Amino acid sequence: MAGPGEPLIEVRNLSAHYGAEQVLFDVNLAVLEGEVMVIMGGSGSGKSTLLRHLLGLERPSAGQVIVLGSDMAKLRAKNQLALRRQMGVAFQGGALFSSLSVAENVKLPLRERGDLGERTMDIIARLKLEVVNLAGCGDMMPAELSGGMLKRAAVARAIALDPRLLFFDEPSAGLDPTVAAALDELILQLRQAMAMTIVVVTHEMESAFQIADRITVLDHGRVLAVEPVERLLRNKNPRIQNLLNRRAERPEIEAADYLHRLTGDA
Amino acid sequence: MLVRAENLGRQTVRALDEIGYAAALFAEAVVWILAGRHWGQPLRLSATAAQMLEIGIHALPVATLLAATVGVMLAIQSLYSLGLFGAQSFAHVGIALSVTREFSPLIIGILVAGRSGSALAARLGTMSINQEIDALQVIGINPVRFLVAPALIAMLIMLPALTMWANLVALGAAGLYVSAALDISVAAYSAGVLEVLSSNDLAHGLGKSALFALLIALLGVVNGTRVKGGAEGIGRATTRSVVQAISAIVVTDMVFAFVATQ
Repeated sequence: MAGPGEPLIEVRNLSAHYGAEQVLFDVNLAVLEGEVMVIMGGSGSGKSTLLRHLLGLERPSAGQVIVLGSDMAKLRAKNQLALRRQMGVAFQGGALFSSLSVAENVKLPLRERGDLGERTMDIIARLKLEVVNLAGCGDMMPAELSGGMLKRAAVARAIALDPRLLFFDEPSAGLDPTVAAALDELILQLRQAMAMTIVVVTHEMESAFQIADRITVLDHGRVLAVEPVERLLRNKNPRIQNLLNRRAERPEIEAADYLHRLTGDA
Repeated sequence: MLVRAENLGRQTVRALDEIGYAAALFAEAVVWILAGRHWGQPLRLSATAAQMLEIGIHALPVATLLAATVGVMLAIQSLYSLGLFGAQSFAHVGIALSVTREFSPLIIGILVAGRSGSALAARLGTMSINQEIDALQVIGINPVRFLVAPALIAMLIMLPALTMWANLVALGAAGLYVSAALDISVAAYSAGVLEVLSSNDLAHGLGKSALFALLIALLGVVNGTRVKGGAEGIGRATTRSVVQAISAIVVTDMVFAFVATQ
C-alpha cells in the first residue's frame, strides 16, 4: 500500500564528501507520506551518510534535502528545532543516554519542549514504553537492557513527541532473528497505529522485504533503483541481482596492479 | 625530507583547526549560557551542579592531601635555603607568595586536568561513538548547551574554589611545620603571612586558575568530541587531553606570570 500522499522528504541531486572522498553522487529520492521507505545497500554504499543528510546532521556539498517542505541546510536554528520535533530517530545502537534511566530518556524530548508537567510526562513516557512492550522497564538504566530492549527503548524515545517522520538506522543489526522479526512487526504497527511515514536504513534484505512499501537501492553512493518490492525483485540490473541474491561481488583485478600491490612497489 | 615537511604541514593545519574549533566551542557555550533562557533552552542547572560536585567536592580529599604536602615541602625548602644566610625568620614571606601565586593554582590545575579533564574527554568520546551526540541533535537539543556549557561553568567555578582551599591548607600545613621548626607560635606565623599577602597575590593565583579551568574544559571537549576509532580512540583522546591540558597549564602559567609582573 504505497502512500498516495505528498512527498515528505525530497532529496535533489545530493552529493556528499568525507574529506576529499565523494560518498554520494547525485542522489535523487522522494519519500511519500504514509509509506515505509527502506534504503538498502551494502556496507560502504553511502546509506548511513544519506541518513545523516536526511536528519540534517551533515551539510550537503551539492544539492538539497527538503524535509517537510523546508531545506534543512538553510533553516535557522529555531525553525530547525520546530522541524526536528516532527522527526524521530531510532539509532543503530539505541544511543540512549547512559546516565539517564529508560523513562528519563523517553521524557527528554518532552522535557525539552518545556510546556508539560512532570505528571503528564510520566504518563506519556509510560504510554510510549507500553507501545514498544517495555512496560515496567522505565526505572532500569540503559546498561541493564538487552540489545533488543535497547532498540525498543530507542523507538519509545523516538516516538515520544508523536513525530510525522520516523527514521530507523539498521533496526535488525545485531539482533537474533526472532527479536529482529518482532522489531519489524513493531515498525509496521507504528505505521498503522500512528500514521507515521517511516524511513528505514538497513542491509538486511529479509527485513526490508517484510516492511517496505518501496525500496531504494544504493550502491557505491549512487541510487540504482527506487521501486516497490515486487518490481525490485524482477529488476534485471546485475548489481541489484547480486545484492538480492547475496552474491559476493568480485572486484575486477588487473594482473599488473595485483602484482604491484603484492610487491608493495608503487 | 618531503614527507617530514608534509607531516609538519598536516600537523600544523590540524593544530590550527583544533584551536579554531575550541574557540568556536567556547564562543557558542558563552552564547548559550547568556542567551539560552531567552531561546527557551536555559543552562541545565542540575547538570552543572552534578559536574561541580564531581570536579570540586569529590576532588577535595586528594586536593587537601596534595596541598598540605606541597605546603610542608615549601616550608622545608624555604627554611633550608634561607638558613644558608641566617634569614629563616623570613620563611613565611616566600611561602605565602609562592603558595598563593604559583603552587596552589598549578598543583590544583594539574590535579583537575588529570581527574576531570580526562573524564570529560572520555565521557564525550563515548557519547560521540554511541551516537548520543547525534541523538541530542535530532531531538533538537544543542549539544554545546547540554554538555559543554555545564562542564565549562562547573570548571570555572570549582577550580578557583579548590585553589582557594589549597591556599588555606598549604599555608596552614607550612605554618605548623615552620612554627615547630623555629619554635614560634602559629599566631605569629599567621600574622606574618597576612601582613605579606595582598589581594593582588590572591587574584593573581585565582585568575590563573580560572584560565586553567578554561583550558582543561576546552581541551577535554575538543579531544572528546573528535574521537575516532572505537574504544582505542577513546583511550587516545583521554591521554591526549591530559597531556595537552597539563602542557597548556604549565606554558600559560609562565606566560601569565611574565605578563602579570611587568
